[in-house]
Amino acid sequence: MITANAARRARITAITSGKGGVGKTFLSANLASALARQGEKVLVLDADLGLANLDVVLNLFPKITLHDVFTGKNTLEQAILETPYGFSVLLAGSGMVEYSRLTPEVREQLVAVVEKVVPRFDRILLDTGAGISDVVLYTVSLADEVLIVATPEPTSLTDAYATIKVLATTQGRRDIRVLVNQVSKPGEGRIIRGQLQQVVDRFVSPGLEVPVKLEFVGEVPIDPAVREAVKKRQLLLDCLPGSAAAQAVIAAATRLRA
Amino acid sequence: MNSKPSFLQPTALDALRLEQAMSLLTQSGQGQLTGAEGSTPWLQSLIDALCDLSSRDGLTGLANRRNFENAIARESDRVARSGEPALLLMLDIDHFKRINDHHGHVAGDLVIKAVADALNATVRPMDLVARIGGEEFAIILPNCPPAFGAAVAERIRARVEGQGIPLLSGQQMGCTISIGGAYAPQWVRSTPAVWMERADLQLYRAKSEGRNRTCLEPTPVSVVSAEEKGLLFASSIFGEDLS
Repeated sequence: MITANAARRARITAITSGKGGVGKTFLSANLASALARQGEKVLVLDADLGLANLDVVLNLFPKITLHDVFTGKNTLEQAILETPYGFSVLLAGSGMVEYSRLTPEVREQLVAVVEKVVPRFDRILLDTGAGISDVVLYTVSLADEVLIVATPEPTSLTDAYATIKVLATTQGRRDIRVLVNQVSKPGEGRIIRGQLQQVVDRFVSPGLEVPVKLEFVGEVPIDPAVREAVKKRQLLLDCLPGSAAAQAVIAAATRLRA
Repeated sequence: MNSKPSFLQPTALDALRLEQAMSLLTQSGQGQLTGAEGSTPWLQSLIDALCDLSSRDGLTGLANRRNFENAIARESDRVARSGEPALLLMLDIDHFKRINDHHGHVAGDLVIKAVADALNATVRPMDLVARIGGEEFAIILPNCPPAFGAAVAERIRARVEGQGIPLLSGQQMGCTISIGGAYAPQWVRSTPAVWMERADLQLYRAKSEGRNRTCLEPTPVSVVSAEEKGLLFASSIFGEDLS
């Protein structure tokens, strides 16, 4: 229907973690693939402006990046890259170090880019940088919903909790989704979400009119298939779709659409 | 520019019913309008006076709630763009009901006025002081560095505590206030409602910790305390990691 098309507006999901190295970019790419398989038109926007590596994960060598759009060298259309995996990407490019500080120009550029892509997709995954820097917080503030990626490691959990706290108090986020990566036992992800929720209930929600709710989106097990896919620089869902980790990502994507 | 004052068409002026507006302005002491009656400058000054009247609290002359909501929306937009630190203070007169019950509503009004005057006397001209409820006030302090926030709030609290309020009976009475404060999220798009809720939360804290005190949201909120960590890892799955 034409009206449905005209009203198209992508759901923007920010994927963030607090701590780096928890598999955020790997999961962003594979979730995008799973969502695309489930019929969504997906764009992954590499918002890790300082240290982008989505291109590495996807084994892509983009000639035109967000950097070229920001500098006015190329148009946004030229920078949106269709991957062989059924979704599109907008890569930051490694020349973006100068954007790791949030200047008014960077903010305006980012908003302009997001506003332009929103009517063209069903879903935009914002792969943010690690940490709780102002760039990350700003990027997250552009999203409709937030997905926190954590691992069972105490450092990751602490940073995930800090991120939740900051998002709840400074952005008024009340529903935050949690995906636990690298679990060693089934059920560990749910326990982790429970732990986070318990601390949030005790230290963050009191006094807020609406308490902060953490929604469990899934857990991805430690799986040799992941290492294999990363080494080959292929998407896990593409090269080892039957692996436990791939199945977990597909399940998480399904919950993300709910 | 027109050197002569322009007049509205007599028919247009006749069609306006200005009696009620005029009586409202006269009653509030703002009946002095500029320009010749019926001229455009005169009508403009009438409109300005009405705008001013509708943005002020009748009892204290402070900004009213409507004006405050307008200002906080503007300030929160401005901070999101400029990244300037802006502080919001929410204040509440301690045990105001008791004052009303013991000394009567006239005394209650005097206390509210005295607090309003004290607030006005302690802030900068650029700050907006508003009465947003019965005994509730709010102050927006644009460009207030985080290092100064606590001192500013404390100065306001101390000023109110230190002043004697003469009652009609010739008695003097005192009152105290509790203050909660939070800084606007810099660079980030947020809503005034969230900002107010954060400051309110601190006001609630100040009340529950015994009143007559100031509580500002601790910055940065990203710091995780030992207590929080303790609870976070209070699960058997972390047994090995933390030993």
